[in-house]
Amino acid sequence: MPNWFKYSAPVAFYPLAGRMIPVFWALALLFGIPGLWLGLAVAPVDFQQGEAYRILFVHVGVAWMAMFIYLVMAFWAAIGLAFNTRLSGMMALALAPTGTLFAFLTLWTGALWGKPMWGAWWVWDARLTSSLILLFLYIGFIALTRAIDDPRRSDKAGAILLLVGVVNVPIIYFSVKWWNTLHQGASLSLAKGASISPLMLWSMLLCALALWMYTIAVALTRARLLILERERNTEWVRALLSPA
Amino acid sequence: MKARHERIALIVGGILALGLITGLVLYALQDNISLFYSPTEVKSGKAPRDRAFRIGGLVEAGSLVRQPDGVSVHFVVTDTVERVTVQYKGILPDLFREGKGAVAQGKLTGEDVFVAHEVLAKHDENYMPPEVAQSLEKAHREGVGKAAGTPAP
Repeated sequence: MPNWFKYSAPVAFYPLAGRMIPVFWALALLFGIPGLWLGLAVAPVDFQQGEAYRILFVHVGVAWMAMFIYLVMAFWAAIGLAFNTRLSGMMALALAPTGTLFAFLTLWTGALWGKPMWGAWWVWDARLTSSLILLFLYIGFIALTRAIDDPRRSDKAGAILLLVGVVNVPIIYFSVKWWNTLHQGASLSLAKGASISPLMLWSMLLCALALWMYTIAVALTRARLLILERERNTEWVRALLSPA
Repeated sequence: MKARHERIALIVGGILALGLITGLVLYALQDNISLFYSPTEVKSGKAPRDRAFRIGGLVEAGSLVRQPDGVSVHFVVTDTVERVTVQYKGILPDLFREGKGAVAQGKLTGEDVFVAHEVLAKHDENYMPPEVAQSLEKAHREGVGKAAGTPAP
């Protein structure tokens, strides 16, 4: 078995990430194109919502990813605090913009969907409010880490914010179960299975997978830039960047 | 090695403590977090009498009545146990249907009539093509399909 821990060193991770980025871009296209095609052109209309339900193929994927990216960032935060690895903080920083984007898109596509279906852009129900808090947590994380110049202290402060905020993710997910909300319950659950017809389900899953692959590709790209920036005084970065 | 274990314990303990605190706070605020009261809660006096609140439930089949002016309506919201009549003047959302969910915001008047100034449609988590919905409904009417609500394969 290869020694995975060696990749926690930026000098080993940098070239690995560089090799992985095109693979994940290819996977994003591989899942995204059939996912959107099935969802927008092939999947049947919905018995209640007609054609308008098709925004689901974007909304569900970005909402899942907004929650999932936050969990991954919190995971890196915990690793960073526990093991003092330099790369963990960079991974959290690299994921943050994409998480923010997806949290915003969740609210935006949700509003666009809510107006024609529910009759309101926004209601203060538990699902919508906790999703708004998720967006604020992302923005707060970016603001906090940018406000502190020293990378070690900045990573530490950001990590604590991430770990405190992580309680919000299960609240978002279970809000529709725990309280009365305008937002409907989950269409996909381990207990009940899927209450969405198979073709719709597959397009939804393919689109979500594509967003996942896209997230990995852009986060790795950002992580590589962060490595170059933070390790600029090391020999290997100097050697890499010097015109040979 | 020792310091690392201490930090891990601190992180795990911190998250658990925070989760517990949040859980207790949310449990205490339960009534305020729910978006609407059910008709049963309204009838049992749990809903406020003197200020606006939201009521939610199913629009009872056959209860929607439109006034001659075209914009005034009244209908019954039910949770299959209790029923509350809702009056509303305005445009109903497209998805507003009898037998489907709705959430109305407004105030309770004297004789247990809810006067709403906003009505929202609440749809469920089922997505299926119209043909499947029709055959499900047909099966349900014939009493064959006990599993209404789950899409046919």
